Amino acid sequence: MIVADRKPLSEIQDMIKGRDNILIIGCKGCVTVCNVGGLKEVRILASSLRIAAKKEGYSLKVDEKVLERQCDPEYIEQVKSTIHDYDAVISMACGVGPQFLSEAYPDQKFFPAVNTTFFGGAVSHGIWEERCAGCGTCVIHYFDGMCPVARCSKSLLNGPCGGSNKGKCEISKDVNCIWDMIVKKKIEQDRLNDLLNFMPAKDWRTARDGGPRTSRREELIQ
Amino acid sequence: MEEAFEPQIIAFCCKYCAYAAADLAGSMRLNYPTNIKILQVPCTGRVDIIHLLRAIEDGADGVYVAGCLEGDCHFVCGNLKTRRKVEYVKKTLSELGIEPERVEMYNLSSAMGPRFAEIANEFGKRIKDLGPSPLRIKQAA
Repeated sequence: MIVADRKPLSEIQDMIKGRDNILIIGCKGCVTVCNVGGLKEVRILASSLRIAAKKEGYSLKVDEKVLERQCDPEYIEQVKSTIHDYDAVISMACGVGPQFLSEAYPDQKFFPAVNTTFFGGAVSHGIWEERCAGCGTCVIHYFDGMCPVARCSKSLLNGPCGGSNKGKCEISKDVNCIWDMIVKKKIEQDRLNDLLNFMPAKDWRTARDGGPRTSRREELIQ
Repeated sequence: MEEAFEPQIIAFCCKYCAYAAADLAGSMRLNYPTNIKILQVPCTGRVDIIHLLRAIEDGADGVYVAGCLEGDCHFVCGNLKTRRKVEYVKKTLSELGIEPERVEMYNLSSAMGPRFAEIANEFGKRIKDLGPSPLRIKQAA
C-alpha cells in the first residue's frame, strides 16, 4: 500500500488560516489501512482543528467526509454537489487525492493533510516499512524476494558495498543492509553462486528517471 | 469568578475495575467531587482518541480514563492500548497549546474504592489548579 504520515497540526492550521468553513475528505484506500487518512483520522483532525479554533475564539465549521477512493474519478464525482459549499477542502488521501480533486474541481482550493512517503507494508502493528520503489522493472526474483532497489540505500544491484557492517547499513544502525540479508539467504539455500551473475546496469527509464509515467491498458479503455 | 470555578470532568471508567471501585467508594461513604461525570465502558480499550478529543472540544475541563491495573485487563491489554491513545491526545493538546495534563490515564482494581476517591480528588484538584479549559474561557467571552 501507499504509506503516508499526517502533517503536523501547525502546518495544516497554517494552510487553512483565514478560512472558516472547511471540508476534510478522507480515503478508504491505502491511507485507511495505514491509519493516516481514514474515517477515524478524519474525525480526529476535524476535532483537533475545531478545538484549536475554539481556543483562539473564532468559529470554524469543519465537515467530515470519506470517499471510497480518491484515485478514481467516479468517487471524486460524489462530492460534486457540495464541494463548493466550503472555503477550502483538506484531503487526507495520498498525493493523488488532492490532485484528482483539484483537476475535477478547478475552482476549489485543496490542501494535502498528509506527507506521502513510500510503498510498503506493516511489519507489525503501527510500524510500516518500505518494500517497493515503483521502479517499473521488477527484479525481486533475482534476489530471493528482497528488493535491493527499494531497500538498499544505494539501490545497488551488485552488492553489498563497503558500508555494510554487521548486517546494518552505514547510513544508520537502524537500517538493515538488505544485501547482507540477500547473501545470508543465498548461503542458507545453497544458491550463493547466483550472485556471480553480474547484474547489468538497470534501465531507469521505466522508473521516475523517464519522467512522469502512464499505464495504458487497451482492453480496458472505453 | 476564580473561586466559583467548578471544573467539568469526564471519567471513562472500566466496568471491571474503576466503575466497580466507584460503587465501592459510594458504599464506603467516601467523598469525591460531584462534578466528575462517570461514563461506564466495557473496557478502557473501547475508549478512542476521538472520545477524549470530543470531550475537550465540547467543553470538558479535564478527561481521564480509569482502567484495570496493568496486566489485569479483563480483555488482556485494552488498558495498555488506551494508555497510548491518552499519550496521543496529550501530544495533540500540546500541539494546540492546551495543557496536556487535562487528560490522564489511571489504573486501579475493583477493590480500590478509596483509591477511586483519591484519584477523583487528585484530578479534580489538578484541573482546579489549571483553571477552566481555554475553550470555555473563549466561549464565555
